[in-house]
Amino acid sequence: MELARTRARRPRGRAVPAALAVGVVLLAAGCVPGTDGSGAAGAGTGPATAIPDPAKAGKTTLTVWDQEIRGGTNGEIQQLNREFEKTYPNVRIKRVARSFTDLKTTLKLAVSGNNPPDVIQANQGYPDMVAFVRAGLLTPLDNYAGIYDWNTRYPGTLLNLNRVSADGNDFGRGRLYGISQTGEYIGLYYNKDLLRRAGLQPPRTWGEFTDGLARLKDRGELPVQFGNLDKYPAIHTFGVLHDQLGAADARDTVLGRGDGFDNAATKGAAATLADWMKRGYLPGGANGLGYDDAARKFASGDGAYLLTGTWQLADLKKSMGGKLGIMPPPPAKAGGDPVTTGGQGLAWSITSRSRHPEVAAAYLDFLTDAHAADVMTRHGVLPAVPAKAASKVSPDSADGQMIAGWKRLSAADGLVPYLDYSTPSFYDTLSAALQGVISRKTSPDTFAATLQKDYGAYQKKQREQHEATPAPAGTR
Amino acid sequence: MKATALTRAYRRRAPGEPRAIGYVYILPALIVYAAFLLYPFGQSVWLSSQHWDGLTVATPAGFDNYRALFSDASLRAPFLHALLLLVFYAALPVAIGLLLAALMSRARIRGMTFFRTVLFLPQVLALIVVGVAWRSILAPDGLLNDALRAVGLGGLARPWLGDYTWALPAVGVVGTWVGTGLCMVLFLAGVQRIPRELYEAARMDGAGPLREFLTVTLPGLRPQIAVALTLTIVAGLRNFDLIYITTSGGPGNATSVPAYEVYHRAFETNQVGSAAAVGVALTVLIFVLTVTVSRLVEGRRA
Repeated sequence: MELARTRARRPRGRAVPAALAVGVVLLAAGCVPGTDGSGAAGAGTGPATAIPDPAKAGKTTLTVWDQEIRGGTNGEIQQLNREFEKTYPNVRIKRVARSFTDLKTTLKLAVSGNNPPDVIQANQGYPDMVAFVRAGLLTPLDNYAGIYDWNTRYPGTLLNLNRVSADGNDFGRGRLYGISQTGEYIGLYYNKDLLRRAGLQPPRTWGEFTDGLARLKDRGELPVQFGNLDKYPAIHTFGVLHDQLGAADARDTVLGRGDGFDNAATKGAAATLADWMKRGYLPGGANGLGYDDAARKFASGDGAYLLTGTWQLADLKKSMGGKLGIMPPPPAKAGGDPVTTGGQGLAWSITSRSRHPEVAAAYLDFLTDAHAADVMTRHGVLPAVPAKAASKVSPDSADGQMIAGWKRLSAADGLVPYLDYSTPSFYDTLSAALQGVISRKTSPDTFAATLQKDYGAYQKKQREQHEATPAPAGTR
Repeated sequence: MKATALTRAYRRRAPGEPRAIGYVYILPALIVYAAFLLYPFGQSVWLSSQHWDGLTVATPAGFDNYRALFSDASLRAPFLHALLLLVFYAALPVAIGLLLAALMSRARIRGMTFFRTVLFLPQVLALIVVGVAWRSILAPDGLLNDALRAVGLGGLARPWLGDYTWALPAVGVVGTWVGTGLCMVLFLAGVQRIPRELYEAARMDGAGPLREFLTVTLPGLRPQIAVALTLTIVAGLRNFDLIYITTSGGPGNATSVPAYEVYHRAFETNQVGSAAAVGVALTVLIFVLTVTVSRLVEGRRA
């Protein structure tokens, strides 16, 4: 998930300004906290009916808040912004780029203030995107999606992650409130040298993979590098194990239409995680080892595998070069369809009080079209929909493997959203409970019950809200 | 008569008692204080009586957010952790600081300034830096575990910050490390203000080092102890950075503290009302503890 993903790379030093901001928030909130939602675009699916032409918009400044401050993504956005300004000389893009944490802590005030930015990057899930929609702060983009063919450009699974029901209650269905540029998934990174020395091939099936773990352990190698001091990395690891036992159910559950977590898949995945700890497939002190530290150790040759997101590829490649390989977690049967946890980058959304929604929509289209995808590929970023440049990347390189894996997952509908999207408090519940499983303090049964308690309570609340406020016809 | 009028004027007000004009002098400071502290605090108190997600309209909550502080285990635990941490953040630094001050004031140590500087150094470092450094010291293959293994105590090595039993004490030790230097420097300064005659008198009465410490040094340091306790208790209770950097409240919720909970609820889980209630409760707790400390340790001034 985005929160976890970017937490991975957030500069920890930003803690204090964030804490100070608490005071500022309280101060700036004034006497009446919150908006009354009057900024909501009513039934609005946008006024446009034909492709808007930003050239006719007159002299326009588009204020954009994004969090793409890292090497590859920053370069790609800078280039696309320059090109957009060149195509439409009357439009100036005022970019405000902040780290994920800084964006998250300041965005709420900015969008609810008197002078909101036109385009923002909103984090999917309940705490951000759903909360913004509920407060009427984002413009629905369904109309633009029709005009610009976003509906066909993107697979439905990905578009759904940027949907919120019109009443602001449900995530994953309803209106479209954003569009994402980049793709991401939890992949199985491997150290080619270590596998070769152990006489192993990159696994073709899940069984081959787990058999290999025992073999690596016997040879005195650490099979899977893993650090969970930051609490969220286990969400990714557990997600992959969980998907092996029931990907379709897991997706339904996250999107609020499944049976929940008190089931065999949850218990089985937790039992596997605990078992891996017991057998020493994961480092013994995993709960005390930082996420970045674990990645560094893997890069320096400690650990044959690393299960983490494609966002780590650029950094790992820098120190490992040709030794690095990546693939989606292997399927149950050779040649079968892989499944894994994954999704897309933060959604690019238009605020409901933007004075230039049509220019903003054109900008969103520009950021996500085939040309943009090629720019992303050239900057080493995984586009949500790879274009021509992607097919020119050498298939043997780690980048090529990453792109191929993404294409296979997209084609097989093999992406399951991050589990912590499930409820507003699920990130807390899941990450805390997983630390318990890893230290073998929490049994798989207790673990499943803990998750279900959180999930069930939120589902109940949702149902009550649905009954209290029946959604307008045709919006869900 | 003129003289009686003057005496009457003095009798009305004790000498040195503030006159109304005094308030004008402190007005600028008062305005700043009110704008940046009192007003936001009032806002927090008001927000704590609301259910608010930070975006949509707030709904009145009455005392719900405060009741939850008692009924919700996930809110109770941070306060218990904070009180436990005070042993490490306040009690231990004061105790160790007293010990060091007693030793250093008795013996003439060569390079005293050097030791004083080294012990005071943690106070000068940003807590962020302290946190990052200790995170790597306490890592599974960090300095501490390496040292334990080197002296044959490898059985004691553990992922300190990821261990349910040891994470809280481990974070506490960092607090002790930070606070001790401050206490020691305060006490050393205090010891120098105790009249030498008292020590001489004690020695003439045949007091040993311990007796001397208990009857002369300790009572003489009361004001400094009160200051040290107040500073360390406040620092300990509003401790956010160390927790944020070392454990994020984990493993599980074993090291969550109120100050971290305020940030977490306000920014990560959209429970602004609840965050405000935690903040207000924390303020009250700090207030009560510091008043108690000044009453108990410093004693009422006549």
